[in-house]
Amino acid sequence: MIKNYVKIAFKVFMRRKFFTAISLFAISFTLVVLMVAVSILDQLFAPMSPETKQDRTLGVFAALMMGKQDINVGDVGYAFLTKFVKTLPDVEAVGMYSVSSTVTSFKDGFEIKSQMKRTDGEYWKILDFKFLEGGPITDADEDKANFVAVINEATREKFFGNEPALGKFIEADRQRFRVVGVVPNVPVYRDIPSADIWVPISTSQDIGYRQNYVGGFKGLILAHDRSDFDRIKHDLTSRLHSVPLPSSLFDTFDCVAETEFERSTREFMGESYSTDAGPGGNAIRSYATEVIGLIILGAILFMLLPTLNLVNINVSRIIERASEIGVRKSFGASSRTLIGQFLVENMLITCIGGIIGFLLSIMILTLLTNSGLIQYAEFHLNVRIFLYALGLTFVFGIISGVYPAWRMSRMHPVNALKGVVR
Amino acid sequence: MLTLERIEKIYRTDKVETVALHNINLEIDNGEFISIMGPSGSGKSTLLNIMGLLDVPTNGEMRLEETGITSFGDRDLARLRNERFGFVFQTFHLINDLSVVDNVEIPLLYRKMSGAERRKRALQALDRVGLASRVHHYPSQLSGGQQQRVAIARAIVGKPKLLLADEPTGNLDSQMGEEIMDILMGLNTEEKTTVIMVTHDSRLAEKTHRTVRLFDGRQVN
Repeated sequence: MIKNYVKIAFKVFMRRKFFTAISLFAISFTLVVLMVAVSILDQLFAPMSPETKQDRTLGVFAALMMGKQDINVGDVGYAFLTKFVKTLPDVEAVGMYSVSSTVTSFKDGFEIKSQMKRTDGEYWKILDFKFLEGGPITDADEDKANFVAVINEATREKFFGNEPALGKFIEADRQRFRVVGVVPNVPVYRDIPSADIWVPISTSQDIGYRQNYVGGFKGLILAHDRSDFDRIKHDLTSRLHSVPLPSSLFDTFDCVAETEFERSTREFMGESYSTDAGPGGNAIRSYATEVIGLIILGAILFMLLPTLNLVNINVSRIIERASEIGVRKSFGASSRTLIGQFLVENMLITCIGGIIGFLLSIMILTLLTNSGLIQYAEFHLNVRIFLYALGLTFVFGIISGVYPAWRMSRMHPVNALKGVVR
Repeated sequence: MLTLERIEKIYRTDKVETVALHNINLEIDNGEFISIMGPSGSGKSTLLNIMGLLDVPTNGEMRLEETGITSFGDRDLARLRNERFGFVFQTFHLINDLSVVDNVEIPLLYRKMSGAERRKRALQALDRVGLASRVHHYPSQLSGGQQQRVAIARAIVGKPKLLLADEPTGNLDSQMGEEIMDILMGLNTEEKTTVIMVTHDSRLAEKTHRTVRLFDGRQVN
């Protein structure tokens, strides 16, 4: 029976090639946009090397000092991280890293600009870099202020061509470091692990950072389990009242432990703090719920137009096929059987559109990756995204087929045979 | 085999009520060949549609082999139509996108049957109506008479007890009409298929066992 349905489905598609082409375009275009968007979101937020423990990692990304008339918002300070975050109880690890800075090196008379992060040893335990050569910066390197560096593949190529880099020296930010590790490139949109060169915090030329509570650093907290997140957030918030404020201009210090996604939503909404306290009583709050809602709403609205288009075309096709419906009903097709037939036909065109959309998505993502617009970008489809796409296609096919199928099933066989559609 | 008691069909709109059939009482036995005649608008097709379970009467009772079927739901009616009835329409109603044999297979799609068995039965039915050599043609490639023979093959492929034909020769010339009538009569005499045929042609009606006449929705004999 399915073979018969498929046969007639192709015949119906070919009968009105123009409408079939419109339907396929609508389906594939919608799916391309959604799949590319899902792929980008996946690349931005899904756990992947070196952020394989992302599901149990919180970040301390921003701090805020607020007074009656003054506000100081910025990255977190070294002093705050060492005194209030590193001492949090019952966590697996707490790491620190500086905000990326652009440093200049010279090689054979040519200037090389690199993004440098300064980190402690714990940073490398929380992230899961796969080393191409050597290993990470250690706690001992940080304690002893060893002038060692981990570099990425691109930096290795710039400094040493195709040669191994382990044990060799690079100059950056007017300092000389010995290479102890080489890691793969990390796309710049993965803010936490992305850099070209990593060196110990303690090698910083300016030691003033040690006293600061706001500015210059970010923290990473690795929980034993995701279920500890609420407790950790609460523990951190409960310590904030004891943070010493540098000036009488400020009377409140605020900071939150948040996931990368929560931080992103906060920055996306363009409001890093609020004078109305958020759910945890913090001025710094995330907009995760709102952003997820916006994304879902956007996806639904975006799918609505092609869905309605396909519904319309399907209804027209049904009217055209009234006689066939009458015949099938006369010879024993129940309403349920006819709905099933129509949904099979609709799923078929949706699947064809889905395959076209999938192939186009691969092309677009490959172009995006190879364009160089985003440094070290790696946009590609994986099994998870393929399954999302399959799911979207399926939902699309069902939604756009249900109403026309229902209309078809309700046709009175006598009216259908006469070509009268009510 | 099929019993109709006090059958009425009334069409109601906001403003108008039309009585298409009034107090129809009929009993059809196994193996009969019945014709239904009457002027246009007398309710012939309406009666045929009700007998074929394509329409439901407004009032009255219908029994098929002593089982009351008036209150059956959509699925049961569809099943009965598939198992017991075959239909032949004036305008053939073949599906142009399907080949002849695929058209004939349609009733068997709604039964539990393998594809091979379906194909075998369809070919047998086509052979019965003399179209074994046109199996892979499309309806648009056939003459009117050939198309109607395909429609008859489709109607009989499921070996129905009852064959309902609504002016099966209405769109054909007299020679083709005679051929179609011969096939229907052959089915009735050789295979004991009960045939109910609506016709305007009194010469065809004379060949049937009896004629039911309608006028303004009422039986007149």
